[in-house]
Amino acid sequence: MIALVGAGLGFLVTIPLYLGFDPTARGFQFMELKPWIEAFRVNYHLGIDGISLLLILLNSFTTVLVVIAGWQVIEQRVAQYLASFLFLSGFMNGVFASLDALLFYVFFEATLIPMFVIIGIWGGPNRVYAALKFFLYTLLGSLLALVALIYLYNASGGSFSLPVWYDLPLTLTAQIFVFLALFAAFAVKVPMWPVHTWLPDAHVEAPTGGSVVLAAIMLKLGGYGFIRLSLPIAPDASHYLAGFVIALSLIAVVYIGLVALVQSDMKKLIAYSSISHMGFVTLGLFIFNPQGIEGAVIQMVSHGFISGALFLCVGVLYDRLHSRQIADYGGVVNRMPVFAALFMLFAMANAGLPGTSGFVGEFVVIMGAIKADFWYAFAAATTLIFGAAYTLWMYKRVIFGPVASEQVGRLRDINLREFLVLGLLAVAVLWMGLYPRPFAEVLHVAVDELIAQVSESKVPAP
Amino acid sequence: MEFIQPLWPAYPELFLLAAVCVILVADLFVAPENRIITYGLTQAALAATFIITWLTAAQEPVYTFSGLFVDDLMGEVLKLFVCLSTMIVLVYSRPYLAARGMFRGEFFALTLFATIGMMVMISANHLLTLYLGLELMTLSLYAMVALQRDSAVATEAAMKYFVLGALASGLLLYGMSMLYGATTTLEITELAQMIGEGAMIGPVLVFGLVFVVAGIGFKLGAVPFHMWVPDVYHGAPTAVTLFVSSAPKIAAFAFIMRLLGQALGAEALTAEWRQMLMVMAVLSLVIGNVTAIVQTNLKRMLAYSTISHMGFVLLGILAGNEIGYSAAMFYVIVYVLMTLGAFGMILLLSRSGFEAENLEDFKGLNQRSPWYAFVMLLIMFSMVGIPPTVGFYAKLAVLQSVLALGTLGIVLAVIAVLFSAVGAFYYLRVVKLMYFDAPTDTAELAPRGDVKVVMTLNGLAVLYFGIVPGPLMSLCLYSIQASL
Repeated sequence: MIALVGAGLGFLVTIPLYLGFDPTARGFQFMELKPWIEAFRVNYHLGIDGISLLLILLNSFTTVLVVIAGWQVIEQRVAQYLASFLFLSGFMNGVFASLDALLFYVFFEATLIPMFVIIGIWGGPNRVYAALKFFLYTLLGSLLALVALIYLYNASGGSFSLPVWYDLPLTLTAQIFVFLALFAAFAVKVPMWPVHTWLPDAHVEAPTGGSVVLAAIMLKLGGYGFIRLSLPIAPDASHYLAGFVIALSLIAVVYIGLVALVQSDMKKLIAYSSISHMGFVTLGLFIFNPQGIEGAVIQMVSHGFISGALFLCVGVLYDRLHSRQIADYGGVVNRMPVFAALFMLFAMANAGLPGTSGFVGEFVVIMGAIKADFWYAFAAATTLIFGAAYTLWMYKRVIFGPVASEQVGRLRDINLREFLVLGLLAVAVLWMGLYPRPFAEVLHVAVDELIAQVSESKVPAP
Repeated sequence: MEFIQPLWPAYPELFLLAAVCVILVADLFVAPENRIITYGLTQAALAATFIITWLTAAQEPVYTFSGLFVDDLMGEVLKLFVCLSTMIVLVYSRPYLAARGMFRGEFFALTLFATIGMMVMISANHLLTLYLGLELMTLSLYAMVALQRDSAVATEAAMKYFVLGALASGLLLYGMSMLYGATTTLEITELAQMIGEGAMIGPVLVFGLVFVVAGIGFKLGAVPFHMWVPDVYHGAPTAVTLFVSSAPKIAAFAFIMRLLGQALGAEALTAEWRQMLMVMAVLSLVIGNVTAIVQTNLKRMLAYSTISHMGFVLLGILAGNEIGYSAAMFYVIVYVLMTLGAFGMILLLSRSGFEAENLEDFKGLNQRSPWYAFVMLLIMFSMVGIPPTVGFYAKLAVLQSVLALGTLGIVLAVIAVLFSAVGAFYYLRVVKLMYFDAPTDTAELAPRGDVKVVMTLNGLAVLYFGIVPGPLMSLCLYSIQASL
């Protein structure tokens, strides 16, 4: 109960943030600057722009849902469970609001601890393996990023401030090394092919709430890292290596889409679908035009709603039947019509149906990609086919058909609590799909500024 | 009597020496069941030494005993931490010792003698004073390791420690004699001055340097001079392991600072010893972290983890400038804080006739007592170097000083972080056992009140300095700057 109040308050205090946000102003808003570690000239420096604003809203919103969703489901050590989620949510807000690289890194790394504990304690049978894999994979990536951050600290004459780094001239070689080190951290987090293998394991073993937060917000840390650090600090290297990143993104979109098609485990399928959709985010970011980047951010938010909702749907089924195998279900619609309707909406959104939020992000990214190169757009657009195929096929096998077993026959439809959670998400998905302007509006200035930073070369004149 | 003027810089050491003599005598008249009196006197002596050190703190270095002894800010800070950590060691050790019949006067006397040795080392301004302090400390430690007379493992550990330690002392003395041969002085400030003028640098001096570095490597437990560490940590009674792994590391840092940072810190020589430290640091990181993975005994695992942490300390020192030294100093202090907690936890879990030294003994600790599991979780994540625990800032400071070295520094930093990630695995395994596994032993943990309080403070300190690391970092930087 206290956790719900805490999460609710957390969400409520972010609303004035949106209302008070001035979408036309350049630069960061709601700045806060206090010295923190004087020996290193590190400041407690917070501030947000349109991009971070959306992600913070998404994060606070999801936390409320996760707390409600875990209400009667978690029976062991409830206090520790909820505390972990609130810590996690706080750390992630910190990441999205930091304007000091060290502060960013501290929050970025700190998220590992609660997630490790969440997967490890409340996860499935193979949870220990999944938790360790998750932790070590992401730790290794971020440690390399730490080296890059310290390198930049020394190069900038002793400052961890991001605005200072944005103006720091760097040779192309230095930029490439910095870019690759940061890439190691963020690509693992996104996750991009081929460093995605931790994600299906982590998703499958995590409890429902853990999967939701992981998919909806934690993956966004990677995309956000690209936006906040990689692109503006190493713009020349970003251009230089854009082909490489785009290639990886397209492989993720197409190949992982195919992999998702053959999954027999629902959570795994959604996990692979997440990787495929996150490919759009990296694709959008590295084609360097306003549509691409704006689309990428919208895709991040929309994917947060949709994947969170899908994991909650699987969670609803899992709580009743304790199985995630598609084959164990069938004919669920006969017993759970309300659930089937909501699930349908999210499945359609995942497939990118117009009118849902999934369509907006993907469409804008594809538009941007066409401008850059027709074949990028062509490859990316295949996801509309694969996405529809794997999502709807799964939906068909689980929901329709004859009642598969006696257990399915005894299923009961969702209760008010579950309806509330899924209903709120459904509203969000439809709202964003039908009327995306409030979301897009706050982005314009931030995206323009990012484009300006990326297109300006930082290589010092010889 | 001119030559011992002024006397006040040595008050802490002199007071502690007098106190040990009093405690030794007093202990003779204390009945075994009243041994608590000796314990109380020891704690009081350490607390008083702490206060005296605080009161006699000098901003500028003060030399006394004809230049044999120096009192500077770095020394003050290190001595304060030595006293503090020894006091914590005694608190953690009391129930363990009492349950095993080792709660005797010798333990306290030896602890105090070792502490005096450390303080003398920290304040040495002459190679002979340095050696004297070192020997006082290590001889006390040899005896402490062997305190459990009927334990074959402990005796073997003590034997190994003694033989290798004597060898290392021999190497060190040989190196010092070379330094004397090259410069005709043993006083650290004079040495620094003469080497700084550059005339003495030649084969003899460099030869001496090699032996000195080897001696340092041994005392610190860096690869390839690390062989004694796992055996001693494993074989010694846990209370003694706790002591060996904590305060002496602070003294070892001072030892390195006095020798390499001050006496041999001249620009031209830094390049010579930097290469040697580099090899030792990288090997320590690699071997320490990789070998720790396969350990099933927690004490051995922590021994290898110590080796890897010492690799980090060496990385800080090899930067060879104030920033590097202060990073290493910060790292050592943080390391001591963490290791006190980790071994303290083993002591807390042990009870009479049962040593909680295997990893399995930590299974399901979260269900037995969530608070201590959380404290151990903090300590383990701090050892990995995950923010917001203090271990992260220690690694950050060292990496920052190393990266300032240019391309070579980048290579070293990348090696260091790669092997920290390898090292993360075995620390996480402890967290996994505590949190994810079901307990095999469901006995409630009921530590004494004082242990409870100190352990809680210890865990919270790891977190507190992780959220507010600034003051401690500034203190290290300032004290190094004031002393070099």
